[in-house]
Amino acid sequence: MSWIDFEIQALAIVVAVSCALPGAFLVLRRMALMSDAISHSILLGIVLAFFVVEDITHPLLILAAAATGVLTVALVEALHRTRKVKEDAAIALVFPALFSVAVILISRYAGSVHLDLDAVLLGEIAFAPFRRLELWGMDLGPRGLWMMGAILLLNLLAIVVFYKELKLSTFDAGLAAALGFSPALVHYAFMTLVSVTAVGAFDSVGSILVVALMIAPPAAAYLLTDRLPLLLVLSGALGAVSAVSGFWLARGIDASIAGSMAAMAGVTFLLALLFAPDRGVVAGVRRRARQRLEFAGVMLAIHVLNHEGGPRARAENRVEHLQEHLRWSPDFARKVVRHAQREGLIASGSGGELHLTALGREHARHRMLH
Amino acid sequence: MTETAIEVNDLTVAYHERPVLWDVDLRVRPGALTAIVGPNGAGKTTLIKAILGLVSPAAGQIRVLGRSYREARSEVAYVPQRGSVDWDFPTSVLDVVLMGTYGSLGWIRRPGKREESRAREALEKVGMEAFAHRQISQLSGGQQQRVFLARALVQDARVYLMDEPFQGVDARTERAIVDVLRELRERGDTVVAVHHALQTVPEYFDDAVILNVRRIASGPVGEVFTEENLRVAYGGRVPFLQGVAGGASAARDSPPPPESPVDRRARPEAT
Repeated sequence: MSWIDFEIQALAIVVAVSCALPGAFLVLRRMALMSDAISHSILLGIVLAFFVVEDITHPLLILAAAATGVLTVALVEALHRTRKVKEDAAIALVFPALFSVAVILISRYAGSVHLDLDAVLLGEIAFAPFRRLELWGMDLGPRGLWMMGAILLLNLLAIVVFYKELKLSTFDAGLAAALGFSPALVHYAFMTLVSVTAVGAFDSVGSILVVALMIAPPAAAYLLTDRLPLLLVLSGALGAVSAVSGFWLARGIDASIAGSMAAMAGVTFLLALLFAPDRGVVAGVRRRARQRLEFAGVMLAIHVLNHEGGPRARAENRVEHLQEHLRWSPDFARKVVRHAQREGLIASGSGGELHLTALGREHARHRMLH
Repeated sequence: MTETAIEVNDLTVAYHERPVLWDVDLRVRPGALTAIVGPNGAGKTTLIKAILGLVSPAAGQIRVLGRSYREARSEVAYVPQRGSVDWDFPTSVLDVVLMGTYGSLGWIRRPGKREESRAREALEKVGMEAFAHRQISQLSGGQQQRVFLARALVQDARVYLMDEPFQGVDARTERAIVDVLRELRERGDTVVAVHHALQTVPEYFDDAVILNVRRIASGPVGEVFTEENLRVAYGGRVPFLQGVAGGASAARDSPPPPESPVDRRARPEAT
């Protein structure tokens, strides 16, 4: 691995973790789509600031972009408050408006300068190592790494210091307000943080893929834990995993690094969705199958109990008759009988007829009463 | 002690020029349990929220313990509607109760050992101490409500504002809540609760506020909880009023008011 590869991966990790941390709160606040809106509309801020300072690396660009991000949030909320449109529609109306102005401005005036649309939409992290930060003739590494590192630090600091306030206003904004923690202030401060993060990440992975890095890792973490601190740590970790695996995927198939990172974030989520220990799809299917079998076992015990000692007990309480009477397939009937035998609910007699054990009888009576 | 726990003068709240509360005057007696009753859309929740400063009134003045809410904030606890939060939020029962201590901690400071032991005490009072480390999504409706109550108790307030504390709870939770309310009253604290089940108002509460955008009546239950007042609030078409007013025993078997489609007895909960 070359030094450049190392630098790209370091930047990718820092970008992914920076995005995942505020992303976790976006997911919990049910504002995932807002990241999409912000990551697009900040382009307008960047373009306008660029026209003023004519320097793509000027810090004013970040400030202007963050301001546009917050403006987006405010506009969406204002539009929603008119009650003429729903919130999702408000998001879909506001950000394309701002984004389209930015696209028009770029295509009309900045076409010749270093602000091309492809880089804006998709970013190019592969070029990041060539933009160095030099001070007093010393090479301090990629400029993007420094900027994103500062943003990561800012995110960590904000979340650690204001953890309690963020949690309370996310879980119960009403109580937060009643206790004197202004949820509106927390909200806008947090959205500023999201905007700043989006601006920083934007340069590396572009405006479209920022969303993937903000939402997919926390959405996966949400399936893996029900503790908020762990959710934040896992979000960051899964973000980092997506970054590194994305880099090597891109290297392997000679494709866009940013695209591969986002794809791996999606794969990470998909794996969590399928295989999460409690909330995963597979765990759910197995749980339902087990419940179905358990319930069928009790149903079988009750069936046997009801016909016990009756004139047709021998005929009714046989495996072959279960499919007819309980409308079970032969396979399922055999499975249920095996399960009930394992659980000690029933035993089969010499002639193949089923009878209840003491435990099975007690179980069946209990379940019928409750 | 001040003579009124909560004083509301000429309160009007409107959403988009549609009045939700019209010129409401109200005095809440300290040390009493007060029920706010009224049909859907009567402005009960809005009244609670206005007292807490969560909605801004179009007109009027509110004093809590003789001061503005902002000044009295540390002595006021709030139990929002259970349905107002996301119970899938990744947190534990103890953590939710700890949120009640955030007000006294102020910004940035985190709850410590002292807050945690207070939270556990509050959980004990509502019979939920065994659930301290349970994930909140695993709770039944009644348990959720008791956790919310514990979160308010931990604030150690003098005025408790509760929005439908009995909404959709099992019989056991209902008893636990009533016990807690009575304990608060014995300590001299004031409780104001939005309440739906009219038939239990005389048994559970000392005072009642009958509301339907306007204040219809307020005062001791024995005086204001009359068929006449309830008819005015709920409209003439409410057969369930028969025998509710005054003595409540006959009314206990009457069907629930039309605004609460699910009677608490019809919704037993697994505990």
